[in-house]
Amino acid sequence: MTVALSGKEIATKIEERFPGSVVKSSPDSLVVKSEFLLDVATFLKTTPDLDFDYLTAITAIDYYDRFEVVYQLTSIKHNHSLMVKTHCYGRDNLSLPSVVGLWRGADFQEREIYDLMGISFDGHPNMKRIVLWEGFEGHPLRKDYGT
Amino acid sequence: MRDTRYARIMVLKTEPFILNIGPVHPSTHGVFRMRTTLDGEVVVDVEPVFGYLHRGIEKLAEERTYTGVIPLTDRLDYVASMSNNLAYCLAVEKLAGISVPERAEYLRVILAELQRIASHLIAVGAFLNDCGAFFTPFLYMFREREKIVDLFEMVSGQRLLYNYMRIGGFNQDVPDEFLPALDKLLAQMPRFIEEYERLLKENEILLARAKGVGILPKEVAINISASGPVLRASGVKWDIRKKDPYSIYDRFDFDIPTGEVGDCYDRYRVRVEEMRQSLRIINQARRQLPAGEVKSEVPHLVRPPAGEAYAHIEAPKGELGFHLVSDNSIAPYRCHIRAPSLLNLTALRDMAIGWKVADLIIIFGSIDIVMGEIDR
Repeated sequence: MTVALSGKEIATKIEERFPGSVVKSSPDSLVVKSEFLLDVATFLKTTPDLDFDYLTAITAIDYYDRFEVVYQLTSIKHNHSLMVKTHCYGRDNLSLPSVVGLWRGADFQEREIYDLMGISFDGHPNMKRIVLWEGFEGHPLRKDYGT
Repeated sequence: MRDTRYARIMVLKTEPFILNIGPVHPSTHGVFRMRTTLDGEVVVDVEPVFGYLHRGIEKLAEERTYTGVIPLTDRLDYVASMSNNLAYCLAVEKLAGISVPERAEYLRVILAELQRIASHLIAVGAFLNDCGAFFTPFLYMFREREKIVDLFEMVSGQRLLYNYMRIGGFNQDVPDEFLPALDKLLAQMPRFIEEYERLLKENEILLARAKGVGILPKEVAINISASGPVLRASGVKWDIRKKDPYSIYDRFDFDIPTGEVGDCYDRYRVRVEEMRQSLRIINQARRQLPAGEVKSEVPHLVRPPAGEAYAHIEAPKGELGFHLVSDNSIAPYRCHIRAPSLLNLTALRDMAIGWKVADLIIIFGSIDIVMGEIDR
């Protein structure tokens, strides 16, 4: 059985290493500040007893006042998982650091979030639309699209 | 003395050129384009271009009731609709805390494994087609797939998009003629798989075309989030049915076939072995199948408490996951689909560079993608 690691416990470890990086944590997940995202991701991937070597999925959710980007991480080595989130405030010119350098599985998923949610990822080698065509206006998965 | 003829040839320059394979091409398995950069016949770069089948399923799901999303999930991986139904129903059940009766759990396992066999038959048949065995193996595979599709037609009335599973079980029990037909298929199937093996396992042309071609190393496979047969062929023993058992998979005895080097041949072998393992699971589930209800008490309009849930299954093509967010209304606030085909496709570039165009076609075929799932 894949053990879902407690967000609270991992949050304490991250806080020790990067003070002020965790916004909140719960047993299911933890939220980190977007400027610390890459540091935290590197930490989670390279720390020996965590070893999150597999990025299961990235998704973004529009809550009107903020966008929540969710990273589902899994460790194939230890068979445990963790849900890491980060927030993006505002509606225009949103950006987050890309994790393609750590997990290349993020490539298409980050492009998809850019295409459908309008959050661009800095450091992504090929940041362009993926399912819609160049020149398409708007980002359809946003809650205010077409209203 | 220096031969001037050769000197003249040596200054001739070649430059890479770009070839679009697709969007409509028999080997692209749907509406898909590979923008390949070639140096002569050698692939220098390949960029997958897709979106031709984008229907906005994730957006459409936000405007439907939880039950109303099930027909949309059929249209993801449309050669494995049962698995899609299952993954979605598991996610809603997790979110709303709904339990499923025993009989329904067993039937779900039986149908999901039959679906895996049907999907792998298409994968293997299409792969051999790409290898140049024009439609002969494909028709062999379709002969058996037909029997499975007949079973699905019996239970759901549909042959492709079944829309059969419901939140909390099934909309109705299987008809009386289903189990005798299933037993007949279970008796026949091993012989058919033996037949493919006799024809193909040691086939010289298949070995020459697929062995050592398109190798995906283990570390790369993990790093690009590959899943399913693509990941296992690279030697990673990772199967969600074993590693994170959902439904009642922890009650069955089966093995996880893995490959050794991660070439096209290993991916083909893993799929054939998985068909055998699926038969083992179905046989066990068939023997243990209890009587009883097939649906628990679920309100007509499911209204899960506010929150989020991620549920995943080992679909025929890999890890299929649904990330659902509820705001306590009758429709999902957000429904994200983690499509195995999309992520497995990331591997294409790594596997194809350095190989020739003819190899690119079979490397692409060995990933086994379905556009409905990639574009959504």
